[in-house]
Amino acid sequence: MIWFWISVAGLVTFLTRYSMIAFIDPKILNTNLKKVLNYVPSAVFPALIFPAVFLDKKGFFVNIDNPQIWAFCIAVIVGYFFNNIILTIVSGLISFWILTFYF
Amino acid sequence: MNKIEVFKKGFLDVIPLTIPVIPFGIIYGVTATEIGLSPMITFVMSFVIFAGSSQIAFSQLFIAGASPLVIITSVAVINSRHLLYGAVLSQYLNKLNYYWRVLLSYLMTDQAFSVSLSYFKKNKKNYNSHFHMLGSGFTLWFLWQTSTLLGIIFGNIVPEQLGLEFIIPLTFLSLIISELRKLDHLIVIIISGLTSLVAYSFPYKIYIIISALLSLGVAYILVAKFKKISK
Repeated sequence: MIWFWISVAGLVTFLTRYSMIAFIDPKILNTNLKKVLNYVPSAVFPALIFPAVFLDKKGFFVNIDNPQIWAFCIAVIVGYFFNNIILTIVSGLISFWILTFYF
Repeated sequence: MNKIEVFKKGFLDVIPLTIPVIPFGIIYGVTATEIGLSPMITFVMSFVIFAGSSQIAFSQLFIAGASPLVIITSVAVINSRHLLYGAVLSQYLNKLNYYWRVLLSYLMTDQAFSVSLSYFKKNKKNYNSHFHMLGSGFTLWFLWQTSTLLGIIFGNIVPEQLGLEFIIPLTFLSLIISELRKLDHLIVIIISGLTSLVAYSFPYKIYIIISALLSLGVAYILVAKFKKISK
């Protein structure tokens, strides 16, 4: 049975990826809607970021002294000033290690 | 740029974002086999579903004996953000033939969507720009399959103290880092983030799509009411 349900899950996943690309005709999107679509990364990614930084696996807020909160803040500041993808990731990770191992 | 150059550009653009893919793939391979799925099923799932959090949710719910309806609903809800990605990408991929659209849909991930969208926006006239998403998508796909295998074969070779799971939010942060400078985007980001914290405990991981839709609603208001700030 598991093979069957894996196939269904695979098909469902594929359809979430494919349906809009296949069936939306960009001509029917009005200008406002097209502009709103520019915000999709800003609307989706924070929902993947915030819980991973501020909540533990059970959904409770982590302590204020948790290194990942501070490492995250450092990454935001570094990223903001340098506007660079690699620096954002690396500064956050290195701060996390320093805060974890030295404090 | 010719096809191969565009493909390479896609590969290079996505490389920094693949840092978490490898530990995450290993974690998936380890977790799925530890909770009782066969190595074969664990591997095939990476191939058929190719979506990390859905695969982990599927394995855990299946082993816990959840009903198929619950399992499939969870997978659908977790992946519903792809609908938004597809709506955005449709503007750039609608001229491609059926095979290309199927292939690029299968390869659609958060990271490939993000880097290739930036490329599409900057290269609207490039006839070969879809090769960029082939490059970014295939790179991620390949690393995901490889790291799943590593997890299955070698077990947990990622030391927990390194906190590699923390790279996942850092990667997503890096994908919107240039938007922090724009007030309208910043508002959308904060609303989405705060909503996700409030809605996190709702079933089926529905908080992702709730946060996205709510903050897109706010974006719509910003666009409609303050036309000047959104170019």
